[in-house]
Amino acid sequence: MLRGEGLVKRFATGTVAVPGATIAVRPGVRLGLLGPSGCGKSTLAAMLALLVAPDEGQVSVDGQPVTRFGVRAPAALRRRVQLLWQSPVAAADPRMRIRELVTEPARIAREDPAAVLADLAPRVGLSPELLDRFPHEVSAGQLQRACIARALACRPRYLVADEPTAMFDVSTQAGLLRTLADTATEDGLGLVLITHDTALAQHWCDEVVEFGDLVAQV
Amino acid sequence: MKTPLDVLRRGDTDVASGTMQRAPATRTPPARRPRRRLPNPLRGRWGVLVAATVLGLLVLGALGADGLRPAADLRSDLDQVLLPPSWDHPLGTDAAGRDLLTLILHAMRVSFTVAALAALLAVLLGGAIGIVAGVVGGAVDAVIMRVVDFLMSQNHLLFSLLIAVLAFPVAGGAGAVMLAVGLTHWTSMARILRSEVLTLRERPFFHAAIGVGAGRVHLVRRHLLPHLAPSAALGFVLLAPHAIFHEAALSFLGLGLPPDNPSLGTLVAAGQQALLKGGWWLVLFPGLVIVIASMCVGALGDWWRARSQPRWRSELEL
Repeated sequence: MLRGEGLVKRFATGTVAVPGATIAVRPGVRLGLLGPSGCGKSTLAAMLALLVAPDEGQVSVDGQPVTRFGVRAPAALRRRVQLLWQSPVAAADPRMRIRELVTEPARIAREDPAAVLADLAPRVGLSPELLDRFPHEVSAGQLQRACIARALACRPRYLVADEPTAMFDVSTQAGLLRTLADTATEDGLGLVLITHDTALAQHWCDEVVEFGDLVAQV
Repeated sequence: MKTPLDVLRRGDTDVASGTMQRAPATRTPPARRPRRRLPNPLRGRWGVLVAATVLGLLVLGALGADGLRPAADLRSDLDQVLLPPSWDHPLGTDAAGRDLLTLILHAMRVSFTVAALAALLAVLLGGAIGIVAGVVGGAVDAVIMRVVDFLMSQNHLLFSLLIAVLAFPVAGGAGAVMLAVGLTHWTSMARILRSEVLTLRERPFFHAAIGVGAGRVHLVRRHLLPHLAPSAALGFVLLAPHAIFHEAALSFLGLGLPPDNPSLGTLVAAGQQALLKGGWWLVLFPGLVIVIASMCVGALGDWWRARSQPRWRSELEL
C-alpha cells in the first residue's frame, strides 16, 4: 500500500501548500482525488512520488517508511511509485529523443532497452516512426504516451497521475485514459488520478475522495 | 472590395449610423532619431561569413606555417635589419633581420595554441566547479560562490602575474601563461553554469528523471551536460581571444614566452623597443593580427550566442 499520513508541506514564503493530508491506495485500485486549483494536489502528488520531502508526516511504500526524498531516496523505492505529470512537454527532456526517454529507466537499471521498448511501445500506442523524434516534433498526446511508457518501464506498483489529460482535447483524453486503464489493470497498479473533473473521477475510479476530506481526516 | 472587418479595422466608418467618415487626424509624435552607433563590419550574416573566412585563413596559416615559411628562414641576417615592408619582405624585418611575416605565422601557432588551451582550462575548471556548486548546493555551494565573489572582486591581471611568476620555473613560458589565464578566468564560467544548473534542477524533466531512479552521475551526464554544453562552448569562444590578449600582456612583461619562441605578445613587446628607431611595422602587424583574430572570434561568438542563448548577452563579463 502507498500511504501518506498527516503530510504537511510549507514553502519558504510561508505558504502552506498541504496543510496535513492522509491518503492511501492499494495495488489494483483506482483512487480519484478531486480538488480545486491551488489546493495542494500537485504538491501532495510530488510527496507521494518521493520527489518532495514533507515537512511533517510520513510516506510509506508497501509498509516501508520513507525517510529520504528526491535523489537521496533509494532508487528502487523511487521506481516503485511513478508520477505522471500534467504537462508532458515539461516532463520530457527536450534534448532526448522519444526512444531515449522511454528507455531511460531501463538504462538506469541496466536492463535491455530494446526489449523494454518492444514491450511498451505497442502497449501505449507509440508508433515506431515517432521513436527517433525529439519531444517538440511530436504532439502533446503522443508525448504523454511516451511519458506513460517511461513510467511503466520502471515496473511501478503505484502510479500518481497529476491531471494527466487536463491539457488535451476530448478524444485524446479518452485515448489516454483508455491506455492508462488498460496498463493499470494489466500490471495491477494502484492508481491515484488527480483531476478537476468530478464526472470523470466518479465514472473511472473505484474510490473518489475530495482533497478537503483528506485534510479533515487529520 | 472592402469587407466590414476591413472597415472596422481602418476606423473610418461610423459603425452606428453606417456612414463613411474621415477618421479624425491624429497627431503622431515626432520620430525619435535613432542613437548613433559605430558601424560593426562583422554584424549580420555576411559579417559572420567574413569573420569565419578570415579566422579560418589565420588558423590555416598558423597550422601551415612550416610549409609556407619554414622556421629555417628565421635565422638572423644583420644585413636585413629593420627593413620596411617590401616585395621581398611583405611585412618588413625585425631588429635581428628576421622576416616578420614568417615570425607572425609561427607566432600565431604558439599564441592560438596557448589561448585555446588556457580557455579550455578555464572552461573545464569553471564548469566543474559550477556544476558541483549547483548540484550539491547547501554549504558547499555557499563556500564556492563566496570564493568566486572574492576572486571576481580582485584584479585578475595581478593574480595572473602572481601565478605566472610561480609557475614559470616549473611549467615554462607557455605553461605559465596557460595556467595564469586558466586559473584566473574560471570564475565567470563557474557562476554562469551554476546558475544554469539551479534553473535546470527545478525543471519537471529533471524531477521526472529522479523519479525513474536516476542517480547524481546520471543526472549530470544525461540531463545537465547536454544543456550546459552550448554555454560552455560559448564561454570557450569568448575566452579564447581574451586569452590571446593575456598571453600578449604577460609576454610583454617578460613572464610569458621567451623571445626565441615567438608569440604575438613577444613580437609586440620586441616591436615596442624598435618603435623609437622607426620600426612601426613591428608593432602594427602583430597587433593587427591580435585585433583581427579577436574580432573574428568575438563575431562568431556573438552569432552563436544569439542563436543558442539570447539571454546570455550581458552575463559574461570578461
